[in-house]
Amino acid sequence: MARKILLEHINVPGINTFDVYRSKGGYAAVEKALKTLSPDDVVEEVKKSGLRGRGGAGFPTGMKWSFLAKPEGVARYLVCNADESEPGTFKDRYLMTYIPHLLIEGMIVASYALGAKTSYIYVRGEMMPQIRILEKAIAEAKNKGFLGKNILGTGYDLELYVQPGGGAYICGEETALLESLEGKRGNPRIKPPFPAIAGLYGCPTVVNNVESIAAVVPIINEGGDEYAKIGIGRSTGTKLISAGGNLRKPGVYEIDLGLPVEEFLYSDEYCGGIANGKRLKAVVAGGSSVPILPANLFMKTVNNEPRLMSYESLADGGFVSGTMMGSGGFIAYDEDQCIVRNTWNFARFYHHESCGQCSPCREGTGWMEKVLHRLEYGHGKMSDMDLLVDVSKKIEGNTICPLGDAAAWPVASAIRHFRDEFEWHVTHPHEATTRNFGIAHYADPLPKLEEAGS
Amino acid sequence: MLSVQNTDTPVTFSPELISKFADVVSRYPVGKQKSALLPILHLVQAEYGWVSAPAMDKVAEYLDIQPIEVYEVASFYTMYFLKPQGKYMLEVCRTGPCEIVGASKILNHVEKALGVKEGDVTPDGLFSWRGVECLAACGFGPVLQIGPEYTFYENLTTESVDKLISDLKGKANN
Repeated sequence: MARKILLEHINVPGINTFDVYRSKGGYAAVEKALKTLSPDDVVEEVKKSGLRGRGGAGFPTGMKWSFLAKPEGVARYLVCNADESEPGTFKDRYLMTYIPHLLIEGMIVASYALGAKTSYIYVRGEMMPQIRILEKAIAEAKNKGFLGKNILGTGYDLELYVQPGGGAYICGEETALLESLEGKRGNPRIKPPFPAIAGLYGCPTVVNNVESIAAVVPIINEGGDEYAKIGIGRSTGTKLISAGGNLRKPGVYEIDLGLPVEEFLYSDEYCGGIANGKRLKAVVAGGSSVPILPANLFMKTVNNEPRLMSYESLADGGFVSGTMMGSGGFIAYDEDQCIVRNTWNFARFYHHESCGQCSPCREGTGWMEKVLHRLEYGHGKMSDMDLLVDVSKKIEGNTICPLGDAAAWPVASAIRHFRDEFEWHVTHPHEATTRNFGIAHYADPLPKLEEAGS
Repeated sequence: MLSVQNTDTPVTFSPELISKFADVVSRYPVGKQKSALLPILHLVQAEYGWVSAPAMDKVAEYLDIQPIEVYEVASFYTMYFLKPQGKYMLEVCRTGPCEIVGASKILNHVEKALGVKEGDVTPDGLFSWRGVECLAACGFGPVLQIGPEYTFYENLTTESVDKLISDLKGKANN
């Protein structure tokens, strides 16, 4: 049984309230940090933990914090990125819904470390129930003396606010989020300057994902070194994986990084295998923006080693036969799923969500959506696949923010790995239109765990 | 392109609403009151059901910014309605993970059950519906949420959608 750090108390009745959370050892990290550690000590512990940003980029959190400019007389801000909108990803909603005080506790500790006197949790606007939950939890924490003036008599002041977004995936990009928090359209900013130098209102700012900030709590409670013992290599700690698609047991799971993907997919402790006795066809391992992989490539690295749920192992093979950890948004596709339709669906998503600031993304995402639409509905041409790859290459790397890459990779990887399925749509237009698929040859070649005698 | 209706209807914000605006503005540093724009537009929409041009003008006046600054925000984000909607807005997730577990079927069923096209309002003024992009509940699809409270429903079937609509009709008639 894997240990749970973030979700240890998730099933305790009333854990969403201050009193129950406190009775389970909650807010001990705030007491420890504010009473016994200096802000630099806290940053040092996070550095030692090896924690990498859990929002998708995987950048070392402690290092990000240490980049924060600290000019005298200038405000510094911590902004939590709770704009969860990446298809496949639903871990932050889960965490905020069931254990909101964990995020608030992490916000207090992180704000203290960064010298922030005012912090914001930017929550996706559609998550109104979660916004209400967080606001209630913040009021409770403030009432108990963990927020506001002179927290626990330590002289540290912090105000924490929830900011609702307006409905735009792009606001999950940190500079777009800051623009939105300033009351503007969510158009990403050109970097540099990075937010650590000029962020919210032009002041030094750190933007961290919900899960990253929550992970600060066990790191301070147990120490960075202890946290770093969990996991494998540079993938330290635990990771929340939100598993969806054709799985027998979809849901949010906390895993030790380094867990074999086969165990994650097939053991009853996690996903329990593919739903309805079907075989696995493909996997998106880290949210819709990471490359899709056929089951056989997903299960093994280029060295034919079992692939692990870690930043390095998932990326093994680069973009040719690897993928990325991303946000931990895990989508499983069974043998009946149509990759062309899925790719069109994702292309539509990125076209819809492009902010329109950069021409390659604004025009390219729409172009890809149109071509994929005609392929899906039986009007495609054999040259369309090369056209799509060409367009995706012209988007990738040519935009201010990574949304362009995020739009390009699913298309390019789907054609790379499933080209014959796209060609089948061209040669079988009627079957493609009537949803009668004859392709299932990417099904998982591996036996289920129990069949393998594991 | 920004398209608004009822531009002649004057808007006067109630003292209660203004008080809520002030609470939001107090969260930001002095001079950075424009940060309150998105939360205030949510408050306006919760009060009126949509965001009209006169309402946006009033918001601009309140925040001491130009009306265009409000228009460009309201038209950029998907949550703000620039024309009247039904009392209940059914938003069905149509993105990848929901799609592969039956979102299209649910979308078609909602259209059939309500008898109006996407974006239109039922004749009784109760319902509107639309397909939306990922609602971040991918393990429990198909999902939909219902504004203005944004209550959330998971693992939908055509039967559960029928019951949901029927319950809302009952609620509205009581």
